[in-house]
Amino acid sequence: MTQTVVTPAARETGRGDADRLSRRSRRRAILIALAFLAPALVILGALVVYPIVYTLVRSLFDASGSTFVGPENYIEMFRRESTFTAIRNNVIWVIVAPVACTVLGLVFAVLMDKIRWSTAFKLIIFMPMAISMLAAGVIFRMMFQESPQLGVVNAGVVAVHDIFVDEAAYPGANIRPDSGFAKISGAIVSDDAVNDGSTVDVPLIGIRADSLPDDVVNAQTAAPARAGEITGTVWLDFVRGGGGVNGVIDSSEAGLEGIRVEAVDNAGNVVASATTDAEGRYTITDLEPGEYVIALPPSNFDQGYQGVSWLGEAFITGVIILSYVWIWAGFAMIMIASGLSAIDRSLQEAARMDGANEWQVFRRITAPLLSPVIVVVFVTLIINVLKIFDLVYVIPPGVSKPAANVIAVEMWTVSFGGGNDQGLGSALALLLLLLVLPSMIINVRRFREERSR
Amino acid sequence: MSADLSIVRGKQTLGQRILGFFSRSVVNIILIVVAIFWLIPSVGLFLSSLRTVGDSSSSGWWTIFLEPTRITLENYANLLSNPTITGSFWNTIVIAVPTTILVVLIGSLAGYAFAWMEFPGRDWLLIAVIVLLAVPIQVALIPLAQMFGAIGIFGSVLGVILFHIAFGLPFAIFLMRNFFMQIPSELLEAARLDGASDLRIFFTVVLPLGLPAVASLAIFQFLWTWNDMLVALLFSNSQSQPLTVAIQSQLRQFGANIDVLSTGAFISMIIPLIVFFAFQRYFVQALLAGSQR
Repeated sequence: MTQTVVTPAARETGRGDADRLSRRSRRRAILIALAFLAPALVILGALVVYPIVYTLVRSLFDASGSTFVGPENYIEMFRRESTFTAIRNNVIWVIVAPVACTVLGLVFAVLMDKIRWSTAFKLIIFMPMAISMLAAGVIFRMMFQESPQLGVVNAGVVAVHDIFVDEAAYPGANIRPDSGFAKISGAIVSDDAVNDGSTVDVPLIGIRADSLPDDVVNAQTAAPARAGEITGTVWLDFVRGGGGVNGVIDSSEAGLEGIRVEAVDNAGNVVASATTDAEGRYTITDLEPGEYVIALPPSNFDQGYQGVSWLGEAFITGVIILSYVWIWAGFAMIMIASGLSAIDRSLQEAARMDGANEWQVFRRITAPLLSPVIVVVFVTLIINVLKIFDLVYVIPPGVSKPAANVIAVEMWTVSFGGGNDQGLGSALALLLLLLVLPSMIINVRRFREERSR
Repeated sequence: MSADLSIVRGKQTLGQRILGFFSRSVVNIILIVVAIFWLIPSVGLFLSSLRTVGDSSSSGWWTIFLEPTRITLENYANLLSNPTITGSFWNTIVIAVPTTILVVLIGSLAGYAFAWMEFPGRDWLLIAVIVLLAVPIQVALIPLAQMFGAIGIFGSVLGVILFHIAFGLPFAIFLMRNFFMQIPSELLEAARLDGASDLRIFFTVVLPLGLPAVASLAIFQFLWTWNDMLVALLFSNSQSQPLTVAIQSQLRQFGANIDVLSTGAFISMIIPLIVFFAFQRYFVQALLAGSQR
């Protein structure tokens, strides 16, 4: 193959030998280059390029791969609810996550310059980049557990909430036995109906001292009820250290504030209600003449504020994005910090000398000089976010998995996780490829610009 | 630099100095709060791994400070004597180490060719490599599952390794080419004049000079492979699964097995954290040199 190319003309001029030599050496150089490239090209061709073509073809066939269905899978993709949710969530991801990471990274990189422990700070923020998304997922699933006893986030939320909102909740409270009340499916209800104008006192027991508010005061007897009213006192019928008479409001017994008391008519409708004051007194007004049962609904005795259902359908995507930001803000910070350090400090100093304030320096000098780095960070993050899989696969509990869906997870579920429709799976994979295409073009363009410079 | 600063400071009025001190303390406080928030997740995981399963299902890890005597290494003892965990730990090494070596070797060979050799279509091939940088691995899952099934390596460590090499190569080639371009051409010319072959030049001149780049790529690829879950989820089986997959399979019983999950997750983090803290300079370099995966 290599022997036949030398032209007769070249042989005649006598420069043929040198020419042949240089051509041969050129050919040799190409062969050597090929040898250096061969392993990479073979692997990339067989395991990356060929699969892309295969996936393209496969996406035009049905689930079993035997029947050609044309664009059917692509149409189906937009018809399915789960796929639709996935695409919508991917849009949310692409809008929120790269911006959040880049902004945080920029803020950290700028502020980091002003502290002495910047190396330590850098390591702390950057460290999550080293661990697996699986480990990060386990961490965030634990942190955002619903029970405030187990999940640190809800523990914090409840602690803050309880500082600002003094909500009455008396979990575990019960009625003093033989006092004319019964506990019916969580509510405390009087055995007999009373006429308006009556006074009904409700003695409760079984409340732990630590669930009483700090500013608890002693219970007081309610004022006598007029017509159309029912009054009474709800109190803790218990004296610390013993003493007191059961069913009687003794002088040192605590009034229970904030308990809802309802008047229920014969038909079982709640016609009026009132809430107890600090001394435990309530007054239900505007009652028609008649007989009413007094009821304390179960809401008085539940656990009180239990925080936010973070891993529920409403917040799950937000939590997963947060875990992503925890990992990738460090990446943005490192990239931007290195961009910052490459900027000529004298420009900023000169501006400051001229009387520019820090914001103006940042806005007019630092930010424009940084913009190439920020573009790189942004493109990298967008490519990365579009393909997000592990975190979404790991963090949501079963019930909120559908709400958290993204394309990569949908592709997995459809192809391997029970769906077993590799035609549709291939179409979804191709959708992902299509979505990263603009970023690829940006990459190629940037590469060409860099080289022509 | 420090001399410059002192001159500038000397010109400041007392008011400016107070303002400067104030804004510096505000920045310090903000960043301390940020740092604490960033540490809480990992610290929480670590502390959870030091508590018994009973403690973990009745109270949060932060109560460990109230009862420090309840700290225990029991979970680690249990997991390290669990053959599934130790086996998958070993699998992770068996997958990550050969992948890293082969990606570095094959990627450097190609990177050298792209940086210093003339051949037709070089620019187009390089652009193809840059395009492949961003290809989502999802497009290869279905075809390679079939291909590996056909040649009998589906479910084996080999399949996982091959997949990782394929998708690690574009970045490796790009990175190594960029680093090798910076080698002064005189060094290569000198070696050529001495009659050294390209292979010899590659191993005796280029690789030693590019050692920082090799380290960067190796650390990046190692962490990438060690931390992967998606590829191994499909291409490994219960015998060849790495740690991430083994731990992931525990997630279904989340809540009852916090001990296994937190301890397993922390064990899976130990090697990456050691590598990270020991070589973070190289890791950062790999990121800076162009990471568009």
